Amino acid sequence: MLLRHTTKEITERSALTINPAKTCQPIGAMYAALGIHGCLPHSHGSQGCCAYHRSALTRHYKEPVMAATSSFTEGASVFGGQANLVQAIDNIFTVYEPEVIAVHTTCLSETIGDDIPQITRKAEADGKIPQGKYVIHVNTPSYVGTHVTGFANMTKAMVDYFAESAGQKIDQINIIPGYVEPSDMEEIKRIAQMMGVRVVMFPDTSKVLNRPQTGKYDMFPEGGVTVEALKTTGDSLATIGLGRLASGPAAQALDTKCNVPCEILDLPIGFKATDRFVDTLRKTLGITVPDIINNERGQLLDIVTDMHQYFYGKKVALAGDPDHLIALTEFLVSIDMWPIHIVTGTSGKKFESRIREITKDSPYTTNVKAPGDMFLLHQWIKNEPADLLMGNTYMKYIARDEDIPLVRMGFPILDRIGHSYFPIVGYRGGMRLLEKILDAILDRQDRDAPEESFELVM
Amino acid sequence: MAETIFAERKDQVHRKGEEPFQMTCDKESLAGAVSQRACVFCGSRVVLYPITDALHLVHGPIGCAVYTWDIRGALSSGPELHRHSYSTDLQESDVIFGGEDKLYRALTQLIDRINPKAAFVYSTCIVGIIGDDLAGVCRKVEHEKGIPVIPVESEGFKGNKRAGYNAACRAMFQLVGTGPIDDISPLSVNILGDFNLAGEIWIVREYLERMGVQVVANITGDGRVDDLRRAHGAALNLVQCSGSTIDLAKMMEEKYGIPFLRVSYFGVEDMADSLYKIAEFFKDIDPQVMERTKALVRDELSELYPRLKEYRKALEGKKAAIYVGGAFKAFSLVKAFRHLGMTVALVGSQTGTEEDYKELHEITDPGTIIVDDSNPLELSSFLQEKDVDIFVGGVKERPIAYKLGVGFCDHNHERKEALEGFVGMLNFAKEVYATVMSPVWRFTPRKRAYLSKSQEMDVCHEIKAIQN
Repeated sequence: MLLRHTTKEITERSALTINPAKTCQPIGAMYAALGIHGCLPHSHGSQGCCAYHRSALTRHYKEPVMAATSSFTEGASVFGGQANLVQAIDNIFTVYEPEVIAVHTTCLSETIGDDIPQITRKAEADGKIPQGKYVIHVNTPSYVGTHVTGFANMTKAMVDYFAESAGQKIDQINIIPGYVEPSDMEEIKRIAQMMGVRVVMFPDTSKVLNRPQTGKYDMFPEGGVTVEALKTTGDSLATIGLGRLASGPAAQALDTKCNVPCEILDLPIGFKATDRFVDTLRKTLGITVPDIINNERGQLLDIVTDMHQYFYGKKVALAGDPDHLIALTEFLVSIDMWPIHIVTGTSGKKFESRIREITKDSPYTTNVKAPGDMFLLHQWIKNEPADLLMGNTYMKYIARDEDIPLVRMGFPILDRIGHSYFPIVGYRGGMRLLEKILDAILDRQDRDAPEESFELVM
Repeated sequence: MAETIFAERKDQVHRKGEEPFQMTCDKESLAGAVSQRACVFCGSRVVLYPITDALHLVHGPIGCAVYTWDIRGALSSGPELHRHSYSTDLQESDVIFGGEDKLYRALTQLIDRINPKAAFVYSTCIVGIIGDDLAGVCRKVEHEKGIPVIPVESEGFKGNKRAGYNAACRAMFQLVGTGPIDDISPLSVNILGDFNLAGEIWIVREYLERMGVQVVANITGDGRVDDLRRAHGAALNLVQCSGSTIDLAKMMEEKYGIPFLRVSYFGVEDMADSLYKIAEFFKDIDPQVMERTKALVRDELSELYPRLKEYRKALEGKKAAIYVGGAFKAFSLVKAFRHLGMTVALVGSQTGTEEDYKELHEITDPGTIIVDDSNPLELSSFLQEKDVDIFVGGVKERPIAYKLGVGFCDHNHERKEALEGFVGMLNFAKEVYATVMSPVWRFTPRKRAYLSKSQEMDVCHEIKAIQN
């Protein structure tokens, strides 16, 4: 037993996180910044932070991940990081030539109190920022919020720095996709495209972190939202923010700054949430839903009807980020599966009440904790076993110890591929999720079936 | 290519044969560079983490614990406590009011819960800034709970990884000398600086057993607290990996008079040389030890060489690039590639010293690029310039190689095959062969340009067949 120190008895822990279901703000900010075209994320802190984030993202996406660091030393930690950042800005624009440097802070630079806008102004006054290039920033102290907060904050910074209103509305809408995979962002754009909607999506990590093999190493890949496109977001007809935590702050900021009305929806995972997304697009632009989308919805429904007996009553334990978990729980409940244990490392009272609302008709009491950790999840599972686990790669310890199948989703996935290329959002994404769930459940049934009841046709 | 090198970094890159050797290193990374280096905390964490029955508590915001959660694949033959991630998960209020109370509660709750043999408590950047008295809390808990509770002074900004190694060594040294040493053979060693990736330490232990040498503590791989406590009873310390544990060996030499040998278990010559050096050390106590060692090496080589030849035939003349954490590993790699008939076109490290680079300069061929603290842009331009067939590096280097259509071997903590020992050389040859000769590169655009016309035609046919 790998996690043999996990006890069934649950005792109160007041000062300790074991096997976290979250990580810190800066990595979320770095991920979001990679979704701007020609942007080099910059970590204002010790070298280690930047190396860790790059390694973690590289393991998850199996792609080169570029980011620079202020390389704090003991001196910088005492006298402030101004000199480091000004020099960094100069070096970066001289050698790497990005369009944008997106600075995020760390616990170190936050605590010593570095004022990034002031330092940027100094760099500008010193002529270190070439004409037409940008330095944007966001405060992401690691001791506040989680990676989701960092993503939300960097996305909001894109609005704060770039969104403008020229006064003339443009026939387009903004979509903030939430803290989802490049594949999901692609799928959301595809759905909008099928409906004939012009979209500015930000951030957009597709074609950045799911690149083809080209035989070339491009420091700044083809993908990402351009600064020009970001500037026009202030004149869009509306904004749809997917995922309250990850997209809410940017969507609201755009409303406040440029009067672009916003609708904040759940991530479009599963029928109902995708229905709401498609319907919002329809209503916002006064268009009809094309047959091709109805057809995809029908196919998703077809899988559920064909296989519903295998979903029925299966107990699921989940760990992940709030926006994902809300939509996923709703999806699971809608196909008659029962999420019984749910943890996220990101706090939020609203999250717990929302999950309770979604699961209120379940025959089991749903354990839900925000912030909780995977140690607690494991303890719950020891008390009330589940048939299926869904979460990131770290769940594989629990899966092995308790002999429960695992469907990987969320961040990080360190041991499988697919998440960068195949979405879980939209009706097609729903089909993929169901395929993965069924594979896991039915493989297990095949493995465990006694010879006499081993079935060929299922 | 020159434009991809920062002007300030010019003297951290050397091309052998172009000018007299001179290199700057051990220099802080340039702000703004996409450095491949990590921090002090990282250095401490990687060295101590394979002590598998100790509690490892990270005092800091959650990220520091998450990014070091069981990512190294240091295997254990018993306890698995090191696979957990424990953090005080500092919040804003802790930063304002101090985190000592939280640390105290976390430590005492954890020790009650899992009853570990010892606890290591890691300091992070923020702890250094807010000034928590980590040592004070550790002393208090040690007193209350009766187990060693050791502070690791690993604030991230206090240098690079090497400073972290030093902090780890100082932490480990606190345990040394606290256990019984009565049943230790005069022919005995400690293994330092091996992390038991893919079970490598078990290979080395087996060789030592065959030589009749007792291993007291494999300190940093499949490690145990009790072994570490009695490590001062060993007659000799074997130190691998240039940076990580040399400080511990020096401290043990000074306090307990235990000499140390710098060894490498990687590659044929270095592995054999290391064993001979160990035998040489013990030959006065046991005159037979050299005979046994020679027999061991003979047996292993007679097994290895014929099989290695096969790989050499295919790999002769291929070109390699090396960029690793410590330079000591680079020495062994240069020699290992020579064994496979391959040339090394680029070699570099994150944390090499001037001496290290001098040695690299001596053992490499003219034209080889030697580089300190490099970055992706530089590395990718060198890889293309030298048109290498394989790149040896770590997690951040792998996708760069693959994007360029170059083979890759992880000689860092993500290795999945044991690369140490004689059997490790064979595994290494297999891995190099598998990636260098993989048909996959024939489909990548860059390589296709280098193929001769007829080969290109073949590939075109294959691609067409696939597309159809």
